Amino acid sequence: MSAPAVGRGKRAQTTRSTASLRHRLAERGVDKSLLMLVPAIIFAIALFVYPFSYGVGLTFQPSLATQDQWGAGIWSNYVAFFRDPFVFDSIYLTMRLALPVALFNVLVSIPVAFKLRHRFRGKKALTILLVLPITLGTVLTAQGMLIFAGRQGWLNRFLVSTGLVDEPLTLVNNYWGVLFSLIISGFPFAFLLISSYLSGIDPSIEAAAKTMGADWKQRFRRIILPLLAPGLATTFILTFVLAFSVFPSARLVGDASGETRVMALMAYRSFGELNDYPMASTIAVMMGLVELVVIALVLLWRASMFKGSTGGKG
Amino acid sequence: MAIAASKFESLELRNVGRSFGGANALVDLNLTVRAGEFIALLGPSGCGKSTALNCLAGLLPLTHGEIRIDGERVDTVAAERRGFGMVFQNYALFPHLTVEKNIAFGLQMRSVAKPEIKRRVAEALALVKLEQHAKKLPGQLSGGQQQRVAIARAVVLEPRLVLMDEPLSNLDAKLRLEMRTEIRRLHQSLGLTTIYVTHDQEEALSMADRLVVLREGRVQQVGTPEELHNAPVNWHVADFMGYRNLIDLEVTAVNGDAVVVEGRGLTLRGTAVERATVGDTVRVAIRPEDLVVVSPSVPVRGGNSTTATVSVVEYHGREFAVGVITPGGQALHVRSDFPPAIGTAVELTASPERVRAYPAELVDPSTLSVEERELEEVRR
Repeated sequence: MSAPAVGRGKRAQTTRSTASLRHRLAERGVDKSLLMLVPAIIFAIALFVYPFSYGVGLTFQPSLATQDQWGAGIWSNYVAFFRDPFVFDSIYLTMRLALPVALFNVLVSIPVAFKLRHRFRGKKALTILLVLPITLGTVLTAQGMLIFAGRQGWLNRFLVSTGLVDEPLTLVNNYWGVLFSLIISGFPFAFLLISSYLSGIDPSIEAAAKTMGADWKQRFRRIILPLLAPGLATTFILTFVLAFSVFPSARLVGDASGETRVMALMAYRSFGELNDYPMASTIAVMMGLVELVVIALVLLWRASMFKGSTGGKG
Repeated sequence: MAIAASKFESLELRNVGRSFGGANALVDLNLTVRAGEFIALLGPSGCGKSTALNCLAGLLPLTHGEIRIDGERVDTVAAERRGFGMVFQNYALFPHLTVEKNIAFGLQMRSVAKPEIKRRVAEALALVKLEQHAKKLPGQLSGGQQQRVAIARAVVLEPRLVLMDEPLSNLDAKLRLEMRTEIRRLHQSLGLTTIYVTHDQEEALSMADRLVVLREGRVQQVGTPEELHNAPVNWHVADFMGYRNLIDLEVTAVNGDAVVVEGRGLTLRGTAVERATVGDTVRVAIRPEDLVVVSPSVPVRGGNSTTATVSVVEYHGREFAVGVITPGGQALHVRSDFPPAIGTAVELTASPERVRAYPAELVDPSTLSVEERELEEVRR
């Protein structure tokens, strides 16, 4: 009974499939269930693809004022962006905030996540305490910082009355205020992510390194770090992007026209105060490009980390 | 062979214990291991055997007792400085390093010179026959190959002691048999001292020089494979060593250590492991291999004969594994050299010395605390 069936099967393989067109398409993943993606596609087009392309289109329709000042036809907005130091310097000002914040969040999360991997008394309480700031909005954080760390805040009053400082420290309405606020809101993300990446590393791998005579520094550098590198890269990228698009805290606890004149603020200024939509779009697009450059560099580092440890030299 | 074990005379574990938050995982482990010995720690899951191994490796601190090598304490030395090799159940290979670099890792940590590392890694690779896989990552190897890398990685350091934590439990049956022989071969050719943790009694019996049977963190019996196989000290050990028939029966006659036990439609002559008196309930342990169906080629042994009804027959190659039910409703596992028909009555026999009668209640005074012992005496 099975012999003819086998024979037919063989012929079907060597010649043409006898299955129906619908069947053959289904084998390649084309079938009616694709229709389930329609709502998602509609949303993606309506809420992302169209506004994004519209925004990019706007950047090539500079306002008359921009064209008068910078020339260069449809490229006028980009020329303005690179030539106008008031706008261009915001890249540096944003970088100066986002890079240290992302670096700090990642580097400080590593030892904390390490310690919290083991069981000890009060571990849960500490974890909650570390993650809690995630629930605070940026505005709430800013408000709290103004009250706590302002010139008349508790912190300064305490420091002055104990004689630790002679004059109140300026901790808000400048670079430091924004830096602290970004760390407060970004650290829980970094910590949670790195904890989960770390828990994905089998502890017996470290135990094996231990029995082979590696001390903790060697274990970290040779075993944990290479295994954790992808996680560190992802975490860095996420906290960097979060910090790079900083807007409310730069305004509330920063110095919005001076040292924390970040790109998001510049875009808002063009759009809200100058009514220059094309220029606002240009700044937004440049923001995305700068972020992409940093992400690309981080991914390159990650790739080199893995090549270095897996590719053989000897 | 250039790879060889570093030498020591004896490894001594004295009253080693480990408790986790008040729960005892390991209690009073006393053991003296001579150099070159292969010791198996055997027991069901949760018996404390892996805890014992981790304590030895230094991955878990002891809560009681001490470990000495040639009189020198090692339990206070950090794991990375003990110089033991360890093979983990899940291999724990470094996934980002090639086979070669996995094996070289320990040597690099000891700052061995580069040409020396190269030579020893090549030797270790040859030892486990993985030369052509040197440049591969662990993820590209099969389970058996990964296991061999793990072993090579442990022995390349020429450790004083090799610790193996159920190294074969993730392999399929055929590979397990091969690796068993392989580990035994390495042990003998390198003169390694090995402590091997397993829950597989067959594995332990076939590989080890001496076995330590653990139950609930306490040592039940220490002995050679023959001793454990033929004379388990209590029914827990018997149960674990493959005495699948465990039946509670009553003693009806006693003559020295020879007893007659009855119940559940069975009458058997047996051997009392501890003193028994008429009327006692004993737990009788018999291996399926020792309880056989009488046939022309299998005569009645030692006047021991009882009947039962056949319920299941399985073909096992050279013989048949038969499930029978006694007139009293007790299911037994027996062996037969012919396939009896299901539903027929068969005559069973076993030599009296292979029918072991244990006290039904397991009370080993040496494992009890003072209060428990007093309580036990009051009850009597």
